[in-house]
Amino acid sequence: MVETGHFALVLAFALSLVQMLVPLVGARTGNQRLMAVGGPVTVTGFALTALSFAALASAYAGSDFSVASVWENSHSLQPMIYKITGTWGNHEGSMLLWVLILTFFGALVAVFGNNLPSTLKANVLAVQGMIGAAFFLFILATSNPFVRLNPAPIEGRDLNPILQDLGLAIHPPMLYLGYVGFSICFSFSVAALIEGRIDASWARWVRPWTLVAWMFLTGGIAMGSYWAYYELGWGGFWFWDPVENASFMPWLAGTALLHSAIVMEKRSALKIWTLLLAILTFSLSLLGTFLVRSGVLTSVHAFATDPARGVFILCILTLFIGGSLALFALRASRLTAGGLFHPISREGALVLNNLFLTTATATVLVGTLYPLALEALTGGKISVGAPFFDLTFGPLMLPLLAIVPFGPLLAWKRGDVIAASQRLMAAFAVAIAAMLVTGLFIDGASVFAALGVGLAVWLVVGALTDLAVKSGFGSVAPAIMLRRFAGLPRSVFGTALAHLGLGLTLLGIVGTLCFGTEKILSMHPGETVDLSGHTLRFEGLSPRKGPNFTEDRGRFLLMGADGNADGAITSAKRFYPVRQTVTTESGIRTIGLSQLYLSLGDENNDGSVVVRLWWKPLVTLIWGGGLVMMAGAAMSLLDRRLRVGAPAKRRKPAAALATPT
Amino acid sequence: MKARFSLVSLVLLLALFFAGVAQAVKPDEVLQDPALEARARALSEGLRCMVCQNQSIDESDADLARDLRVLVRQRLVAGDTDQQVMDYIVSRYGEFVLLKPRFSLRTALLWGTPVLLLLAGGLFIVLNARSRRPASGSTLSAEEQAALDKMLSE
Repeated sequence: MVETGHFALVLAFALSLVQMLVPLVGARTGNQRLMAVGGPVTVTGFALTALSFAALASAYAGSDFSVASVWENSHSLQPMIYKITGTWGNHEGSMLLWVLILTFFGALVAVFGNNLPSTLKANVLAVQGMIGAAFFLFILATSNPFVRLNPAPIEGRDLNPILQDLGLAIHPPMLYLGYVGFSICFSFSVAALIEGRIDASWARWVRPWTLVAWMFLTGGIAMGSYWAYYELGWGGFWFWDPVENASFMPWLAGTALLHSAIVMEKRSALKIWTLLLAILTFSLSLLGTFLVRSGVLTSVHAFATDPARGVFILCILTLFIGGSLALFALRASRLTAGGLFHPISREGALVLNNLFLTTATATVLVGTLYPLALEALTGGKISVGAPFFDLTFGPLMLPLLAIVPFGPLLAWKRGDVIAASQRLMAAFAVAIAAMLVTGLFIDGASVFAALGVGLAVWLVVGALTDLAVKSGFGSVAPAIMLRRFAGLPRSVFGTALAHLGLGLTLLGIVGTLCFGTEKILSMHPGETVDLSGHTLRFEGLSPRKGPNFTEDRGRFLLMGADGNADGAITSAKRFYPVRQTVTTESGIRTIGLSQLYLSLGDENNDGSVVVRLWWKPLVTLIWGGGLVMMAGAAMSLLDRRLRVGAPAKRRKPAAALATPT
Repeated sequence: MKARFSLVSLVLLLALFFAGVAQAVKPDEVLQDPALEARARALSEGLRCMVCQNQSIDESDADLARDLRVLVRQRLVAGDTDQQVMDYIVSRYGEFVLLKPRFSLRTALLWGTPVLLLLAGGLFIVLNARSRRPASGSTLSAEEQAALDKMLSE
């Protein structure tokens, strides 16, 4: 089975070479038969990659320690779920997952792309083939997951205990679906540059792909943040760690792309900019892969450090980013600029959105790479950490968030700020009220906290205002309003949900950062502690044995107002003997939207235990908001207009025409 | 001492990379005066743990981070201002210890990027909008043009 997987992988590499060359030549010479090769080859390549991945997964599931990768990252006593997720909990396997998703997306284009102009489809598949070929070669040459050991060891070395968590089942696949999803936007952009023209079907295809990639990336980042929050045991949800930044940069650029793609689709303006953004977004995804995989930035996430791999990925990076940007420089002037618009219009608002998001992306990029560059060039060592990003990224977000509610309320081409402001009066009043209530009635609220709450409420109510205005609230009878509300395009709901989710996330961040409380103390069994109105009694430590670890569990009772116990919280110190590592299992109790977070420390000589306790108000909104943003993207995808295939079939005669709405 | 330090840092590095143990501030470090303690925590968040990657001494479990935390608190108790504490730490450990680098010639580009890019981008958009306007073939009256210029310059 393992050899079958290895063989399938080599075959997939060979097919990717065919995929990158034959359709390209076909499109160049206008040969339909050569172009038609692209589809079947892409689908077969995906099937082979899937077979290869399945072979590796079954080796992991069956604890076949004759495979080096399995031996290094698995153990026979691990629960089955971690045996399977361990497939991508290591460098080799995660790269295989990367190409699996890449070929999957390529196959989707091949299968559902029949309504695309044949040369565009051929070129897109060829570019996908190039990316695939580079990464297949990378895997086979430097990170082969199928290398065998002889003699086979009897027992494996266990998966990194931090990764033995359900988070590993969700976070990397989602993140990769996001990262790699942008490869389709990239391929479409490069294909457009190769052809030297962009037509209507281009925009109609790129927008849903951007939505899909963005949705998964949002989920992946939110999930990663929650995972770090509960697993690392110090209660932070975002660390501005280089590896986090690596996933955050494509998200920021992707968000800008999402918005500029709307302008392009609806108004066929900003074409060249959208194309450049699509290239940059995927370039940042590649950069993210490089930063994480090369070990250039050693951080808590780095579990693969190997210079050979780093140099290889750096070459891929240079080739694709440099190549596509060079192509852009050569060809962009051939593309015709699109429609005109007044600065005060929805287009104008979206341009402003792009300005701030792009600047924010660049800020994160420079902040992440500056210490590396400075050290390489001058030998000087500096650190760029959370305080820098708070001070630069934060102020960039404030004006952006403040204008978000205006965007959807402005008309295309020429908008009316005064009319939009009047419609937002209610939202503004609610936001000011929220600000005042926070500032005046909550103890210890700073100006910053009041401002943050006000801004978050402004976003939430602003998003709802958009829906209300569009369904005719206040100007038509309730019955008609309801009917209009139900008849609103799904993409309108999508926008409102995404903006609402953003507001919720902001509210969660402000709540946790500004109103959170913390206690660090030593506790003896039987002692109680108060934190923000919650009383916890420490019951004591008890040892317990898990399948591949031992742990000391601390049990805490949450005392209700009547003096009776109202549920328990347990936190544990876990010891994994195979890797000789200790992890902290935090104890979390969700109360409403807030959480009590508890983390157990070392035992003192006198029998007491160090306990860190946090009250994190509204903290669940941080990730809840992310889920709402995802729901918004999903809702937009359901918009009939965007359903690839369905609308195009109906409109086939007009497919070549832009359809301004 | 040096050899021991590097061994300790290696072990800590490994421990930090492969384990999620993070207890950071210990109960015995906490100052009696809550105002002073709050200042100590705020300062700690801006100081890098030298033996870990990208962790502040407030989050880190490393011995060196603990030493620095204790040092910060000692200086505060001795009556130093926040600035004096930071200056003292930088004089001992170098600027590498600051998670928010100070503005200087070599960090000018770092701090300047957001501002410069925002300005350059804004200027580009305005100029682009202006230069494209006449080509649109729209006939604006002098009044409309004046109103437009006013709007653009705002």
